[in-house]
Amino acid sequence: MTKHFFGDTTVLLGRSLRHITRSPDTIITTAIMPIAMMLMFVYVFGGAIRTGSDTSYVNYMLPGILLITVASGIAYTAYRLFMDMQGGIFERFQSMPTARSSVLWAHVLTSLVANLVSLVVVMLVALLMGFRSSAGVLAWLSVAGILILFTLALTWIAVIPGLSAKTMEGASAFSYPLIFLPFLSSAFVPTDTMPGPLRVFAEYQPVTSIVNAIRALFAEQPVNTDIWIALAWCVGILIVAYGFAMNTYRRKIS
Amino acid sequence: MTTQQAPAIQVHGLEKSYKDLRVLRGVDFTVARGSIFALLGSNGAGKTTAVKILSTLLKADAGTARVNGFDVATQAADVRECISLTGQFAAVDEILSGRENLVLVARLRHLRNPGKVADDLLARFSLTDAGARRVSTYSGGMRRRLDIAMSLIGDPPVIFLDEPTTGLDPQARIEVWQTVKDLAANGTTVLLTTQYLDEAEQLADRIAILHEGRIIVNGTLDELKQLLPPAKVEYVEKQPTLEDVFLTLVGTKA
Ligand SMILES: Nc1ncnc2c1ncn2[C@@H]1O[C@H](COP(=O)(O)OP(=O)(O)OP(=O)(O)O)[C@@H](O)[C@H]1O
Ligand SMILES: [Mg+2]
Repeated sequence: MTKHFFGDTTVLLGRSLRHITRSPDTIITTAIMPIAMMLMFVYVFGGAIRTGSDTSYVNYMLPGILLITVASGIAYTAYRLFMDMQGGIFERFQSMPTARSSVLWAHVLTSLVANLVSLVVVMLVALLMGFRSSAGVLAWLSVAGILILFTLALTWIAVIPGLSAKTMEGASAFSYPLIFLPFLSSAFVPTDTMPGPLRVFAEYQPVTSIVNAIRALFAEQPVNTDIWIALAWCVGILIVAYGFAMNTYRRKIS
Repeated sequence: MTTQQAPAIQVHGLEKSYKDLRVLRGVDFTVARGSIFALLGSNGAGKTTAVKILSTLLKADAGTARVNGFDVATQAADVRECISLTGQFAAVDEILSGRENLVLVARLRHLRNPGKVADDLLARFSLTDAGARRVSTYSGGMRRRLDIAMSLIGDPPVIFLDEPTTGLDPQARIEVWQTVKDLAANGTTVLLTTQYLDEAEQLADRIAILHEGRIIVNGTLDELKQLLPPAKVEYVEKQPTLEDVFLTLVGTKA
């Protein structure tokens, strides 16, 4: 059984990636919203926002935009999984001598690939809009690592509604609060202008530390404790979501 | 218990409830190797539930079921090696082409020459011309033929067909019947569920009627017919059809 795990996962990953190349609109739709937000924030609101730092506003808000990109991208992860569950092909795979968890892992890896492509698209647009970073290879790799961890964490969250939703809307609605979360963080404005309770929330929620860490890496500033808090959040969410997702999965297949 | 002599399918005291709904309340039957066994039942009788338990997709609440000598609960992986399932609703990948669907299943069954397996099956099911097209463009009958073709990959010794001809035109039904007869002639054991009594009459070596959670009759067509007076004197004398037997035993409400 498990001896086929890697082979079967590869075959199924190939299948899902083919789905994406046949409907590239999912990548475009994923990238369009964050790009539109970026345009709006930089050209409409940006001039009025005081970030208190000397970087350009594009540089300031790109980390938050990247997180929004992932948050909207994983709606498709849930959607693809939901469609497999509905269509009966999931049951077909489960009744075959295929490594059983391969179906799930293929969706998770597909989500990772699709989101990384969207992130690259958004990043390219940001470059056109004047984003600049002199960060070295190590800093870029760290940013990539954080984004990959973040994507995996949100992907495992997405697996839960993907497996258990009753309707297509239900499968993707969970992503709206996740898309909204960066607005209540340091992603677009410094948190110290926010009123009391909101400020406390903003300062301690995961997005703020992740945004601050990525921003510092891009700006070649010393990464302080933010990066460790960011990593802890990502890994923590990843582990908890994975646990719940696997639990949901086991209930589904037994 | 040796795999060689054991009947292909042995079901004993099988029970399954969904919450308060007791669907299976002690189902017993045996299917001989290389025979065609038809499970008849009205809507909601529990045919699909029984098939899902036998194909390791659902766990029974009580009772045992062995397929090819392997216990479906404790030796599920072994069972999956020797079965294939054509579910009630076509389980095909709409976004892939017909050929890609077949190649996918051949890969997941770890066969050596997936491309050739796919081409042979396309030819056998008159799908060669449509092989390169996306399945989303297929007619219902083509989709069902592809679905059945996918189930034959790897020549599993036991095949479950859950209402294989529902929604097919008469010509396509006859083609599916021929396929099923060929399978049995080559030693494959076929368990099919159906609501069409003529289908059971045409195909099955043995017929069982599932009603209110139990098998209320189980026998050959001739044995079943003897449950009614051999001939009814009406204006013309006619042999009872299986339909008469079914409706008498189940008790029509209409
Ligand atoms: N997952 C489920 N949760 C709750 N009830 C279910 C579930 N699956 C099936 N049922 C119920 O169990 C009963 C038997 O369903 P099943 O699908 O096995 O019947 P069937 O004989 O295949 O019917 P049909 O001929 O309509 O396909 C039905 O009343 C159905 O509503
Ligand atoms: Mg059914």
